Parts: sequence; C-alpha cells; structure tokens
Amino acid sequence: MIWGSAVRACLKHEQYSNEGCQYAVRRWHFQQGPIDLIIGLEGESAVVDAAIERAWTRFERVLEELVSELTFLKTPVPIVGNVLSDFEPAHGVIALSMFQSCAPYGLVDESFVTPMAAVAGCVAQDILAHLKEPGIKKSWVNNGGDIAWYAPQLSKKSFKVGLPEISKSASIALFPADQCWGIATSGWRGRSQSFGIADSVTVIASAAGHADVAATLIANQVSLRHLVADHPHVVQKPANQIKDDSDLGDRLVTTSVGSLSGPEVASALDAGETFARLLLARGWIRGAVLCLQGQFRVGGGFSPQVQQVNQG
Amino acid sequence: MSNTEKIICNACPVLCQISPGRSGACDRYANMDGVLTRVDPMVLLERGQPAVVFPHDPAQPWSGALGSSLVVTGVGAGTTYPDYKPAPFIVSSQHEGVDTVTVVTEGIFSYCSFRVKVDTDRWLGPERAIVRHKGEAVGHVTTHEYGSQFLSLGGVHHLTAGSKREGKITCDMMMSLGNKLSVELEIEGGAQLVVQANRAPIVNGLEERRMRVGCGSATIGIFAQQWHGLVDEVVVVDDHITGVMSEHQAGRCLNWKETGLRLKGKRSTPGRYFQVAAPGSGWGGTNIMDPLTIIDSWDPDKTSPGTTLLMVSTTGDDAEFFVLDGQLTPQKAPMPDAVRKVVERIGENCEPALTSVMYVGGAGGSLRAGVTENPILLTRSIKNLLTKVTCGGAPTYIWPGGGITVMVDVAQMPDNSFGYVPTPAIVSPIEFTMRRDHYAALGGHTNQIQKIEDVIARYATKVITQLP
Repeated sequence: MIWGSAVRACLKHEQYSNEGCQYAVRRWHFQQGPIDLIIGLEGESAVVDAAIERAWTRFERVLEELVSELTFLKTPVPIVGNVLSDFEPAHGVIALSMFQSCAPYGLVDESFVTPMAAVAGCVAQDILAHLKEPGIKKSWVNNGGDIAWYAPQLSKKSFKVGLPEISKSASIALFPADQCWGIATSGWRGRSQSFGIADSVTVIASAAGHADVAATLIANQVSLRHLVADHPHVVQKPANQIKDDSDLGDRLVTTSVGSLSGPEVASALDAGETFARLLLARGWIRGAVLCLQGQFRVGGGFSPQVQQVNQG
Repeated sequence: MSNTEKIICNACPVLCQISPGRSGACDRYANMDGVLTRVDPMVLLERGQPAVVFPHDPAQPWSGALGSSLVVTGVGAGTTYPDYKPAPFIVSSQHEGVDTVTVVTEGIFSYCSFRVKVDTDRWLGPERAIVRHKGEAVGHVTTHEYGSQFLSLGGVHHLTAGSKREGKITCDMMMSLGNKLSVELEIEGGAQLVVQANRAPIVNGLEERRMRVGCGSATIGIFAQQWHGLVDEVVVVDDHITGVMSEHQAGRCLNWKETGLRLKGKRSTPGRYFQVAAPGSGWGGTNIMDPLTIIDSWDPDKTSPGTTLLMVSTTGDDAEFFVLDGQLTPQKAPMPDAVRKVVERIGENCEPALTSVMYVGGAGGSLRAGVTENPILLTRSIKNLLTKVTCGGAPTYIWPGGGITVMVDVAQMPDNSFGYVPTPAIVSPIEFTMRRDHYAALGGHTNQIQKIEDVIARYATKVITQLP
C-alpha cells in the first residue's frame, strides 16, 4: 500500500549579522501523519541550513520506523517474561528511548504505561539530536507541546514556556545551567487520552521523553477516583471506543469535565501533587506545574518566574 | 448511507483502520459514513469582518451570521491527488440569492512558477542571466519593464529536470516566496537581491525606496513647463534614456533656448541619449556618482558663462545645481528654492518600490477530475467565464488559450497558503465557483455537495479576514 509522505514548510526565514558573522533564524514545520513538529533554530547560517536538512532526512524515516514495531510500543511495560536486554538489538533508536523512558514506572510503580506514553517527547528528542552542532546557538523541537531544546552556549538568555492555564503572562523560564532539556504538557483535552481530569500538567525534566511520560502519568493521577467512583460532572468512556486500536484498551479515559467545586478541585490536585512529589524525590523529574479549573500547584527547583507565578 | 465497516487511511504509514464516525491517530482524517475525510482546519475568508476562529471557544460563542460574504478557500482543505475521487470539499452556498457551488482543493503543482516584478532602476543583471538561490539555478532574468525588472523564478525545469539539490532548493525558494517570506537571490554577473512579496526589494544591500517617475526623457516631458524660466538647462540622468531639456522635443515646444550641451553616450533622437554611463547603483541606475562625468561638451557659440544647469535623477533622490564659469565649466551652486520644489515633486510622483510576486500554476491536469467527471467541460466553463477560479480566495487571471493556467498575486492569498511535497512540487489552494445548476450540467460530483453551514458545523474551520 502506498501512503502519503512527510511534508514540510518554512515558517520563518531571517538573517542577521553580528560581529562579522552571518546568522540565520529559522522555523520549520515538519509533518507526517500524527506527527507535527515545529522546529526552531538559530546559529551560523551555513550550519543551520545543513542541520535542518539532516533533521529532515531523519524525519522522513521516523514514522515508518515507529510503525514497524507498533505492537511492541503498545505493549504495557514491563513486558511479561522478557527483560529489556532481549529487545535492545531489535529496536529503533526512538522506540528504545520510549521504552527506557517508561520502564521505571512499570518496574517500580507498577503503573499502567506503554512506551507510547513517551512517543512525542522521544521523537522531539531524536530530531533535536540531529540539530546539535557547534555553531548552533539555540535549537528546539516542539512536538505538540512536548518540547526538546538545547542551547548550552547561551549564558543569560532563558527558554520560556508559557502557562496559559494560569495566566496570559505566566511562564516557566529555563536556563542552560539547569540542564533541563525537556518540557512536556499533558491533560485530558489533548490529542492523547488521559485517565485524569487535569486541564494541564507541565513537567520539566532532563530530557523530553522523561518529561512526556511523567506529564502523562501525573495527569492520570489528577482525578476524583479516591472520592467517588463516578462523578456526575466527569464523563469517561473506554479508550478503544474513542480511538480504534488505542494502546489503553478498554480503560476509561476522560471525554469531558464539567464545573467542579473548589474542594473537589483541590482534592484532585492533591492526588496529582502527591505523585509528582514522589517523582521529584526520586529525581525522575525536575519540576511540575499542575492546573485544574483555576487552581494550580507548582513543585520542584524552578527559576524565579515560576516562583512569581506561585505567588500571583 | 449506513456503513459499519472500517476504512484504511493511507495518508501516512500508520495506515489506521478507522471505524465509522471516528478519526485516525492524527485526528486529521476521519471515517465519515464510510468516506475517508480530512478534518484539519480549513480556512474560510470573510470580507471586512473581524477574525473568528473555529472551532470556537464555548465561552465566547461566534455571533456572526453566515452571510454571503463567507468564502471557502482551499487552504487546509487537503487534496485527493491523483484525483480518482471527488475534491475534498464541494460546498454549496447562496450568493446574492443564487445557489452556488464551490469546489475546494489543494492542488499539487509540478508545473508552476513565479513572475516577480522588482521595482528598481538599478541594474540587476543581463536579460537571460541565471538567478541562483543558495548556489542553485532557480530561475532567470527576463525583460525590463517600465521602472521594473521582471524575473522568472521556479518552474518545472528547475524543480524536476536538474539535480536533486536544484529541485529541492527551488522548491524551498518557491514556498518561501509564495508564503510571503524573504528570499535571497544572486543574479549571475549581476546583483545580489532580497525579494519579498509586497515589500521593497533590497539590491546589493540597499533597500529601494522609490520607483522612478519615468525614464529620463519622460521626466523631461512631465516637468518641462514647471522648470521653464527657472533654469537654463536640465539633464535627467537615467540608465536607459537620459534627457536634455533644451534639445528635447518638450523643450523645443516651449521655445526653450538652446545651450549647445552634448552628452556622452549614443544620441538616439534630439535630447535623448542612450548609454551615458554603465549600469550601476549610482544616479538613475547608472554607475556614476558625479553627474558631470557624462557631459561631453558645450557649444561656445550657443552658451555663455552664467548659464544655470540642473542635473537630477529619475527619482529626484540625486540632484545638483550648477552655474557655468568663465571657461564654461559647471561649478556647484546652491539650488534655488523654486527649482528644488520641482525636484521634490519628482519624488512625490514616485511610487514606493515593491516586489510583486505573481504565482502561475497549470491546473489543467488531473485536478479537474476532482471537480467533474468530464474535465474538458470545466476547462470550457472557465474560458466562458461561467466558473470563477480563485486561489485561497484571491482573484486570479486565467490565461487565454488551452489548459487552465492560473495567475494570482500571492500578497492577496492567506499567509502560509503554499506547501510542498517531496516530488518536489508545490501544493497550493484552488477553488472553482459556479452556479449549482451549471455544476450539475458540467457533470459535477453533485452527490458530494455539502452545505456551507454543515461544513462549518462538521469540520474544524478557521475564518480569517480578507487582506485589504
């Protein structure tokens, strides 16, 4: 069967010169099937354009590679009767990093998780790896809110991620010195399915794959399950009745959330925060912001902007 | 039609099997009653209304009525290439009481190019010179029109007939140009150029401001009356035709007194000189910085010390006033206010220099099958002006003769209207609008017609305001 190929579009094409060097600022959109990447690059002109071509060549193979082992990627971790080492040689780079990002949760927590929970972050991370090179000042890959970025040479400037659920101006500022190269946001409204009711959970971690799976699992925990089995304002449906071949099977996922009382919101956030603090303590994530119906929680070692958010 | 079978989507290698009423992994394609349907936001244009985005925020419901001003565009509509099935959207609506149908698609154009008009008098390069982008040949210099240099960029030859890199660079350049981004070009044996739709061109690092008011001869003609009596001689410096007032027909008609001034270069007709200098970035598109260098001689029998001379460029950007000394050598002198006023008027009469980017695409191929089962009827209907063709809602010009060769100003299309496929070929929106009864007579896919209200209710759409 023949399928549609990847497409790309240049969204920004700017040049400037500084101290005799030619610099380029570029933004590209790569898309194939369910993967939508917005890629930002800044650095020496020649290096930037070569890097984008490398990333594109890589991108054209990504989806096919993932699809070739979709069964493995949709199987819950840990995979019964196997250990990771049995798989390693057989897998693509992205598939392996998806598995590795999720493995601790399956092994340590016995949470329900399949490698697909990290797919967006790991794709972003892999494409970013093709952009890293001396001469590139700043690069980022935004895969539908799961972001990998890299800018080790920038000393003062930060990478800002907006928190629109809190306020228009709220943001997390990340600095290269923090070595947090991954940011991911998850919630019930997004394209992936959630067991929870969080409007958004944004996680900061060392890499995008780690942030992605953690955001997904923390968002799953933001719920009222511990209070009532069936809240009248929370509508859930079996995952496979919404999406064919969902890796979540017939587990209930949230399809709509009505207005909740203040204490209910606080209680749901408590549940999420407890889990997020556990992950922080283990060092699996570096910070998290949980938002639900106007209330929010912030945890982790953040740069000042988020502290302001917390106060404001 | 009731259909309970899953369908396989071949939009990407995931090859989702989608149940009726559900969407695939991408949320872009869905199974609508057994038909694979694109549900990505499609762009609608509303003329003169504030921007509205669909699907709307429940907290801020869209209050606008579905007026006849709403135009369906092909931007985001998707494509059915190679068109073995009807176009993605065949939409009915009423315009001034007439039932109309708009067939909307994103066409894949291998045969397409840009005609670029660069408003400048600077010399960009010889006719037929190769235009390069990132070192690859992407087009050529064509004719010089009045105040503008035309370039031909892109096209099937560069896209597919050269090296793989040439095709890719051409495709990138074309996408950027179509999407109103700036593009750097280098003309073989000529200028370095930065062009962007509806922006001033940048030639050799200098941004153009004004388009010349006319050639040197025309400038003499336009302003002859106004200078008469204020100055003894006027030379309008122009790379094409430099004009000399007292010798020019316009001066003669006013009984302008001869000064016996002769310029260098080739005298064409009285008072009109070709090639007074080489082309360049100096006065009037020549390479000269000192205008006196183009003076050949003065006839001592016809001129005398104290004669005043104005030298000015065709944009009024450069101007100097001189008085002849005892040896009949022009000496710089302060310009009288009355003379300066006319020089300034040259500037006022210059229009801003812009780059205009016209997209030309051949839509006469398989794309037509998405509209009708008998494509020639569509072609004829367009030629007979019964079907209107737009690109992203923008008006088009259809070339006479065979085929459907569309030309459109990209500045009037929505932003980011152009995409590409790795063929390489350009993806651009195109819409065909006609009366509903006419669509039926064309052999149109009438069973696929959806009401515009239903399209808005069923699909993610985005309404944007038409560019002024």
